[in-house]
Amino acid sequence: MVIMDQPQGSLAGAAKAEMRPSPVSAPEPAGETIVRIENLTIRYGDFSAVKNVSLDVYRNQATALIGPSGCGKSTLLRAINRMNDFVPNCQVDGRIVVRGRSIYDPGCDPVDLRRHIGMVFQKPNPFPKSIYRNVSWGAKINGYRGDMDALVEQCLRRAGLWEEVKDKLKQVALNLSGGQQQRLCIARALALQPDVLLMDEPCSALDPIATARIEDLIDQLKTDYTVVLVTHNMQQAARVSDRTAFLYMGELIEVEDTHVLFTHPRHPRTQAYITGRFG
Amino acid sequence: MTSAAPSISMLYQPRLARRKACNVVFYVTGAAVCAMTVALLATLIGVVLKDGWTFLTVRFVTSFPSRIEPELAGVKPALFGSLCVVLMTGVISVPLGVGAAVYLSEYAGDSRLNRFIQLNIANLAGVPSIVYGLLGLAVFVRWLHLGSSILAGSLTMSLLVLPVIIISAREAIAAVPQSLRQAAYALGATRWQTVRAHVLPSALPGILTGVILSLSRAVGEAAPLLIVGAAAFMLSMPGSQAGGGAWNKLVAIGTDNFAVLPIQIFNWCKEPDVVFQQLAAAGIVVLLAALLAMNSVAVGIRLWHQRKRTW
Ligand SMILES: Nc1ncnc2c1ncn2[C@@H]1O[C@H](COP(=O)(O)OP(=O)(O)OP(=O)(O)O)[C@@H](O)[C@H]1O
Ligand SMILES: [Mg+2]
Repeated sequence: MVIMDQPQGSLAGAAKAEMRPSPVSAPEPAGETIVRIENLTIRYGDFSAVKNVSLDVYRNQATALIGPSGCGKSTLLRAINRMNDFVPNCQVDGRIVVRGRSIYDPGCDPVDLRRHIGMVFQKPNPFPKSIYRNVSWGAKINGYRGDMDALVEQCLRRAGLWEEVKDKLKQVALNLSGGQQQRLCIARALALQPDVLLMDEPCSALDPIATARIEDLIDQLKTDYTVVLVTHNMQQAARVSDRTAFLYMGELIEVEDTHVLFTHPRHPRTQAYITGRFG
Repeated sequence: MTSAAPSISMLYQPRLARRKACNVVFYVTGAAVCAMTVALLATLIGVVLKDGWTFLTVRFVTSFPSRIEPELAGVKPALFGSLCVVLMTGVISVPLGVGAAVYLSEYAGDSRLNRFIQLNIANLAGVPSIVYGLLGLAVFVRWLHLGSSILAGSLTMSLLVLPVIIISAREAIAAVPQSLRQAAYALGATRWQTVRAHVLPSALPGILTGVILSLSRAVGEAAPLLIVGAAAFMLSMPGSQAGGGAWNKLVAIGTDNFAVLPIQIFNWCKEPDVVFQQLAAAGIVVLLAALLAMNSVAVGIRLWHQRKRTW
């Protein structure tokens, strides 16, 4: 397969036109709430990991969740695509509304929900299959009818991995480096064209160069997707996110536009955390 | 560093020589045990080869057993019966066992009932095989009127191997990393899609090991089939009287009486004449060869699966 580098070339362009929703529903105004979290409390047995959190996530923005270890960031993130369903004795109270649907209502199917809300995990977890199949599998099981080759290429380009893997799409993904694997996991999530992309410390296992690449990527993804990002790295939150929420002991202390939160934190605890005095 | 360094290092007493000596002791013990096992096996094979050598010809696996002319006796019906029983046992027990293991580990939650069931399955694995024979006799032979047939024998053997298959498949499935399942679920996969595409392929080598070990046991078992009523020796092939199409033939084979290798070997061993001892030795060689062939098939499947997985 010899395809020259053509960032906005015909093939990529065609695939892209096919991928995005029709123009009728497409350009909704930025700033619209896409995920609304209302009075959310999450318990593991008797222990409340998330306490009465209310938070809005806006379309085409990156929202960062920061806070000290164990404050409930991952728990909150997993609530948004109901991955907590797999945790025994995890109980969720309150509401999360995604595009007008309350996702914990009995009528909401978590399988369908997860198809619209992608997730990238802390540790890269590619399937032990070929690079191609890693990207195509999600689309395949969800009945994708379009051109699969074009979709795979499009997603790998989007994730900034295409140039590195275009000659070895049939090789097993486990041979890739950690940073490449993580970008493959991002490409895999993009193949479903999710509305929201949840990322739980996607760079924690990566070196600074791979981290920079993923941060660039998140920045680009905002034009088409909405990103919710958990990070321990304050600089990263400052660099890539539009809004930042600070959690402490399961409570939402403060949520603000990123540049405001980092320059004029309202709460003394936020101030202490972002200046590195605890955490 | 400074003067503190030597005093801190005083706290460590590496006793390197002693630890290395321990290591050597274990190395030697392990090697000795290994060598003993190999020597034992080699002796066994050597003895049966020596005893059975005169009978190890193609004629031996293509003739019927004979009391009157032991020089012309063979294991054809017993070998055929053993192969039929192991094949049918596999067909019955593998889907049931793997299915049960998938249900227990992927679908049923970690409930008290689930743990109780698993405890009982583990217990069943330790029940003497003769008990399964009695159960098979009561249920399959008498109650379901299957008679002393290959089908009844295979069903009995399936009961015998099911617990081991379930336990080993469950272990293999439990060893599949959770992150793999999460990756699939996060893409909007159903449980079955996740199991089918990721969990089972990753667990396949472990499942195969359990299947092969338990089917090998089924090939070597005599007791339950004796109870079920397998023939001491057969003078015709199972189902040979049946006419008509392939299906009729298959049904006839499944419902006819049968002989198996271990029982045939056992019966020859009971005879006082030395020629029967030689026949038994030759039968053992055939049984070992059949086991080896089964294991090779498992290795083959594993290799094929690995190669397939890279693209
Ligand atoms: N499966 C579980 N069962 C019981 N308690 C849990 C479980 N998972 C998390 N917790 C607890 O819930 C709290 C929040 O955990 P969570 O993983 O959400 O923290 P986090 O903010 O993501 O931390 P980190 O930054 O270290 O990843 C912790 O106190 C943790 O011990
Ligand atoms: Mg976490």
